[in-house]
Amino acid sequence: MSQDFRLDKIGMVNRNKKISFTFNGKKYFGYEGDTIASALIANGVHLVGRSFKYHRPRGFFGVGVDEPYAILQLERNNERDPNIRATEQEIFEGLEVKSVNCWPSVNFDIGAINNFLKMFFPAGFYYKTFMWPPSFWYKIYEPFIRMAAGFGEASIKHDKERYEHKYEYCDLLITGSGPSGLASAYAAAKNGARVILAEDKPRYGGSLLTSDVNIGNQTGVEWSEKIITELKSMSNVIVKNRSQVFGYYDHNMLVMSERIGDHLPKTQKYLPKQRLWYIRAKEVLISSGSIERPLVFGNNDTPGVMLSSAAKEYMKVYGVLVGKKPLIFTNNDSGYETAIEFKKNGVNPLILDTRKEPSSDIISEAKNLGIEIKFSHVVVAAKGYKKVKSADIAKISDNKKDLSNIENIECDCICVSGFWTPSIHLASQSGNKSEFNEKIDAFIPKKSKQKENTIGSANGKFTLEETINEAFNKGYEVSNNITENNNKVSIPTVVEKKSTEHDKFWCVPLPKGKSYKRFLDFQNDVAVTDIELALREGFRSIEHVKRYTTLGMATDQGKTSNLNGLQLVSDIENKVVPQVGHTTFRPPYTPVSIGAIVGREVGKHSKPTRKSPMHDWHEKNNAVFVDAGVWLRPRYYKQGNETLFEASKREAKNVRKNVGVCDVTTLGKIDVKGPDAAEFLNRVYTNAWLKLPVGKARYGVMLREDGIVMDDGTTTRISENHYHMTTTTAQAANVLSHLEYYLQLVWPELNVNVVSTTEQWAGAAIAGPNSRALLMKLFTNTDVSNEALPFMGYKEADLFGIPAKIYRISFSGELAYEVNVESDYGNFMWEKIIEVGKEFQIQPYGTEALSTLRIEMGHVAGSELDGRTIPHDASLEGLVSKKKDFIGKRSLGRSAFIKPDREKIVGVVPLDKTTSIPEGSYIVKDPKAKLPNPKLGHVSASCWSVEYDNPFSLAIIKDGKNMIGQKLFAMSPLKNKTIPVEIVSSHYVDPEGKRVRA
Amino acid sequence: MLYIFCPHCGSRSQNEFVYGGDATVKRPELNKEISDQDWDNFVYLRKSPRGKHLELWHHISGCRQWIKVERDTSTHEIFKTYKADELTE
Repeated sequence: MSQDFRLDKIGMVNRNKKISFTFNGKKYFGYEGDTIASALIANGVHLVGRSFKYHRPRGFFGVGVDEPYAILQLERNNERDPNIRATEQEIFEGLEVKSVNCWPSVNFDIGAINNFLKMFFPAGFYYKTFMWPPSFWYKIYEPFIRMAAGFGEASIKHDKERYEHKYEYCDLLITGSGPSGLASAYAAAKNGARVILAEDKPRYGGSLLTSDVNIGNQTGVEWSEKIITELKSMSNVIVKNRSQVFGYYDHNMLVMSERIGDHLPKTQKYLPKQRLWYIRAKEVLISSGSIERPLVFGNNDTPGVMLSSAAKEYMKVYGVLVGKKPLIFTNNDSGYETAIEFKKNGVNPLILDTRKEPSSDIISEAKNLGIEIKFSHVVVAAKGYKKVKSADIAKISDNKKDLSNIENIECDCICVSGFWTPSIHLASQSGNKSEFNEKIDAFIPKKSKQKENTIGSANGKFTLEETINEAFNKGYEVSNNITENNNKVSIPTVVEKKSTEHDKFWCVPLPKGKSYKRFLDFQNDVAVTDIELALREGFRSIEHVKRYTTLGMATDQGKTSNLNGLQLVSDIENKVVPQVGHTTFRPPYTPVSIGAIVGREVGKHSKPTRKSPMHDWHEKNNAVFVDAGVWLRPRYYKQGNETLFEASKREAKNVRKNVGVCDVTTLGKIDVKGPDAAEFLNRVYTNAWLKLPVGKARYGVMLREDGIVMDDGTTTRISENHYHMTTTTAQAANVLSHLEYYLQLVWPELNVNVVSTTEQWAGAAIAGPNSRALLMKLFTNTDVSNEALPFMGYKEADLFGIPAKIYRISFSGELAYEVNVESDYGNFMWEKIIEVGKEFQIQPYGTEALSTLRIEMGHVAGSELDGRTIPHDASLEGLVSKKKDFIGKRSLGRSAFIKPDREKIVGVVPLDKTTSIPEGSYIVKDPKAKLPNPKLGHVSASCWSVEYDNPFSLAIIKDGKNMIGQKLFAMSPLKNKTIPVEIVSSHYVDPEGKRVRA
Repeated sequence: MLYIFCPHCGSRSQNEFVYGGDATVKRPELNKEISDQDWDNFVYLRKSPRGKHLELWHHISGCRQWIKVERDTSTHEIFKTYKADELTE
């Protein structure tokens, strides 16, 4: 197996380790350290995809994040990873990749017909082509567009890979390990700063890997290796490769994605696939370098046309030739470096330089090596469909407007260099307004908005000497501000070749009678004609042109396309680029996996799971659980083949007949302490609290300031200045914040403290006619008689040696008690209750039976206190004090709240006594009325009454008080049911409340 | 993500806090006559200024104290933070 385009004596890949992979089903091999791009080029493969709109053949254009074309789909461990860049993905044994956006194959793609239908795909085609007739939209246009949209195909399977998040703090974050990144990191680290150095590629060094320079008597590669080795050994430095800082957010928070397992055949057992770093940095140095700018000419998207810097990197880093008959098309000295590299590797390039008579060290060197150079020459158009076969070249006049001597010459690749564009994306994201630098025809960062500085070529410094000096000084200066240390390292001497000025020329005019497509944005298929059309149609703002033509959108974010697009707009508008301005760069700089953004918080881990201390017992006794907020609560305890309906009926019946026990640990509990506690409760609750004696509980309702019920629960006076408040499970956290708000901000003069004790106490509700008998056997030392422990009484007692608290309160409407013990004793308490309760036919009951019991008693819960009801609506107006003021009282006088037919809670029974009423049904007078049927209200909760053995529901309806006895209808359009019903009192069982006081 | 200086705990990330609205709103005193209009203004009406704004944040995953934060709503710059009972400038 020989690779026709692999060079023997050059490159940094590991020749001792061959790796095989498949591309579109065909097997290839490369070496460890190859990317998919370098390995395919080594095998002579250049056609890898089809373009977005016209399905034109696509090859490789860049060598890293700058790549706009070579986007592939990866199959890994039977899972798909769409939209990976061939120039970034390293190969591993067994890797499978395939092309996207082509059918049936990349070689023969039906969609390429779009290339001949271009008149239907002008700029803004999606606003034009698919508009008429309107009836075509749904059946023809939309499915067509959906089929054509997007590149890869996302997997619909669950992603089994692990992704992690990490939070990190540092003095200095440096983004990019090129010469400026390394130098500044070294200077800052030596001065004691805590430094994070991030490099998006696997290898450190940036441009030093490919440039022919000398730093401190070492080659660029040797120097970068030395610096990195030393940085890695320092405890105050974190050095990360394969890590892209992609977003700059508020208050110097930057986010970085680290690709840990992407280049490995299988993720390591103890490592995630990717890790997302949230880094809060005191200072940031942006050393993200620059990206070579394309030149614009006919068919400049043909596979084989690529950036000259990319061609050089394929040679020097991967030992791969991008072609054997290269044409170098340049407007500056960078193209010469690539030509010299070709020549050194035994390949004869031809240089076309747009400049007339430039002279510099590099040009002289190229001449001395015998490289053929044509000055004042341009490429008019690339020829060849799936790969460059030749090029039409021409002499260009001094004013750059006229072409002459057009001739066709053979070549197999065209390496272009239109000078360099600083990568200012991160600086721009931080809020830095950039400025246009005439010398380099590009934007560079201006005044720092946040704590950020841009250095090196990202800041428009294109000589190594300037870069190294600036970086060493900045690294010292920034670290000195933070650490106040004065350890200055000496700056090494730099030897580099001098280059001369670039040519501002960037776009080759069309020869007479030719209409070649000249592309500006390679990823989104935006050509010169598209921008021209947009401007003809009246789009002026660059932001509008961007959206209309899609220039600089998607993952490319203008990396290669931005400046040429701006140049064209300025040329047509007769403006200069700074007047046009640039579009906003948005994070992420490069695409980020959704998995990395989500991290570990998927499925069951998306929120914490809270379990009561008795959870294991419930599990062992066939409890079926239900999510109650983040809590897991037993819904019912299954016996044999029981259904939910049968089990909950059995459990509820047993409470009414014998005794049941329910885990109520999840109820919110708040300790309220202090000399002003009574006064505070009096302001928080609607009813009176000043006279509640020690050892007594009281039911209370609290409102929001707008008069709506916020929560309800009982609060018990444990001692003079100590109250134990309970809240509903769902509102526990909100109530605590609410109390803290009033204590800290509104009434700081009240001497009260509140703290959550929800997790300190395990709770069991013992309910039913046998409950007192059971209590007498549980608390043998305590008098629990009706006289000693009356309804709403409280007692501390001894449960087989364990201190317990007994509250005589009832949610079920039966004679009932709530017993609390410290959480660690929860299971002991529960097992004792079950054991001792056997002789009284005790059964545990879940939330479903609990609901049944409270509904038929007419006790309100979350489904009635739904954020829309005032006390009156829930028949709680008796608890609203007329004498004192409290939170929300003033709002209760609002006209909507006091109108005579205000909604009120009622009971609903179906006339046939058998049909259950779906929750959410409307209560209406006339089921046949014209839609929308005027509704009186809605059914809030439904159950099967175990007392009367028929369905029963609660509803909140208009003028409910006067509706009792009326025959109405419950309508559920969702279930397509209309049920004749009778309105009854919401207190369906024991309306006098005798049982709780028994 | 904002970086908020809690006067009790030091600088902490925004995800430890919950936003609590306009800190300049004062609750009417208890047991005091108040017009419908004034009460409505207190319950419902809030300004949404562009620029400097004094707002409440609750350090819910930290010290559980309500604090006042002077922040620019358009740039997110935080000028100063205060304890709940501290007088603001």
